[in-house]
Amino acid sequence: MAVHESSRSAAKVQTRPVARRNLGRKFVLYTFLALGSFISLFPFYYMFVQASQPSSEVLRFPPHLWFGSAAWTNIVGLWNNGFGRAFLNSVIIAFVSAVLSVFIASMAGYAFAKFRFWGRSAIFGLFLLVLMVPYLVTAVPLYKMMASITLFSKDNWLSTYQAVILPALANPFGIFLMRQSMHSLPDDLLDAARIDGANEWRVFWNVALPTMRPTLAALGIYSFMFQWNSFFWPLIVMREKSMETLPVRINALVGMSIIDYGQLMMGTALTTLPIMMIFLFFQRQFISGALAGAVKG
Amino acid sequence: MRSDVVEPRRSSGRWLQWRRKSTPYLFLLPALLIFAIFMLYPIISSLWLSFHSQLNPETGLSLDNYRRLWNDRLFRKALINTVFLLLYQVPLQLSLAMILAVLLNSALVKFRGALRLVYFLPAITALFAVALIFRLLLDEERGLINYVIENLGFAPVHWMTDAWAAKFSLVMAITWRWTGYNMVIYLAGLQSIPYDLYEAAELDGADAFDRFTRITLPLMKPTILLTTVLSTIGTLQIFDEPFLLTRNGPANETLSMATLLYRTAFQTIEPNYASAIAYAMVLIIVVFSLIQFRVAQRGEDS
Repeated sequence: MAVHESSRSAAKVQTRPVARRNLGRKFVLYTFLALGSFISLFPFYYMFVQASQPSSEVLRFPPHLWFGSAAWTNIVGLWNNGFGRAFLNSVIIAFVSAVLSVFIASMAGYAFAKFRFWGRSAIFGLFLLVLMVPYLVTAVPLYKMMASITLFSKDNWLSTYQAVILPALANPFGIFLMRQSMHSLPDDLLDAARIDGANEWRVFWNVALPTMRPTLAALGIYSFMFQWNSFFWPLIVMREKSMETLPVRINALVGMSIIDYGQLMMGTALTTLPIMMIFLFFQRQFISGALAGAVKG
Repeated sequence: MRSDVVEPRRSSGRWLQWRRKSTPYLFLLPALLIFAIFMLYPIISSLWLSFHSQLNPETGLSLDNYRRLWNDRLFRKALINTVFLLLYQVPLQLSLAMILAVLLNSALVKFRGALRLVYFLPAITALFAVALIFRLLLDEERGLINYVIENLGFAPVHWMTDAWAAKFSLVMAITWRWTGYNMVIYLAGLQSIPYDLYEAAELDGADAFDRFTRITLPLMKPTILLTTVLSTIGTLQIFDEPFLLTRNGPANETLSMATLLYRTAFQTIEPNYASAIAYAMVLIIVVFSLIQFRVAQRGEDS
């Protein structure tokens, strides 16, 4: 990378006509890139602008392009529509899913990367195969399952946190990601800990895991975002209003006979904002998560 | 190194040996349990359900659902709609992503990091949020986009009530959401191409277009194939956008296979038939992916 940069800047130091040609090129280039940035950012801006408008002003003609004064009114309206609870539900579900899936995936990835055992490639192949199956296939049987399990629950598992959290943990992507990065872990390091008398769990927990922090963070953030944004499955399984996640609650607002667009956009903005903040803080992990997701093992 | 450590342990008893052997399975146990219960079982159960007639569930194994599916006009419509989206959306989105990636990778660009951030931002947004924002932008009577179109002196577009326009509004929303994601993947691929190759080509008198078609495209082929397969699989399963942006309308013109599955399973409550739809989708996804791999291979042979 560093080599590229230096050879590039070397290529830039050239004679005059080339510099002039570069100026023209630069203009076209930046115009195009600026246009792209505008298209990329404007819908967000528009969302925030409309979130601050009273409902009657959202679909006004000509449309508002500057912030209104009803932001707080919309937040209060959302609160009265059960958004506080939905926010809490979303936070609990996304956080617990992230922690558990990092935990499960790192254990499995460690086993695949650092042990030879009977059935290893068969089990790994099974995980690979599952990756090809669309998530929609599991919806009907999973719903039936949740409606019939009565374990640890007064009624059944419909409208419970575990109904949304557990199926999301069955994500082979995390296992591939962890296996991939565990491969780079030197065996000598693990064996040294074994010689010192550490049992297998401590070798994993105290030696292997701490070196994996960047990957663990990337996977955790990815899992959090996946659950936070997920709509299809929570829509199916969260039947009670008090258990709805943010996207499901917002969908309920869309279904009302008179849609309060100001509230709707505020709800959308409040759902988008936390992910944007996390993204700005952890861009590197986000983007490496996206790349790993594309490469998939 | 490793065997030196293992040998003395083996001699120190069967218990230890057994423990060593069972260790990887214990590490795998949580993942295996979760997968067996929440993935493998539903996948098999769904297949089983699909072979049990929705209308006469007592008849045992039957092809009833698949026969019905074959003649189901609504399913055919959903299939055509979804493939239509695929054929417009995937090439549009991927070529835009490639253009942006090449431009960003250009030596002339400063603020590369910031621009990458800006383009990636839509890709972290929830699909339902994208659908709702675009619904507002595309509102037929009072949306911003029609306002701009009218001010430019054109007739407003019926984004939600005209079949073609409704399909196009889905294409727009999806393209906005995913272009940056694919661009980041392409950018990573472009940065792994050695710069010397371009320099050598430039010395040989190749212009920018030649360098792109002769160096960049061939070397990026695996990445392009990968993003094509991923976008294809994603589009074939599309749910949030037609469900929230166009509400399957007008007159089922934007009904997708996934929204049809949702409707069949959870609104008209025909779980067995919905399972057949799900497996038809699996088949279609497999066929599309195989075609793409085939096309890529053929390109390599020639």
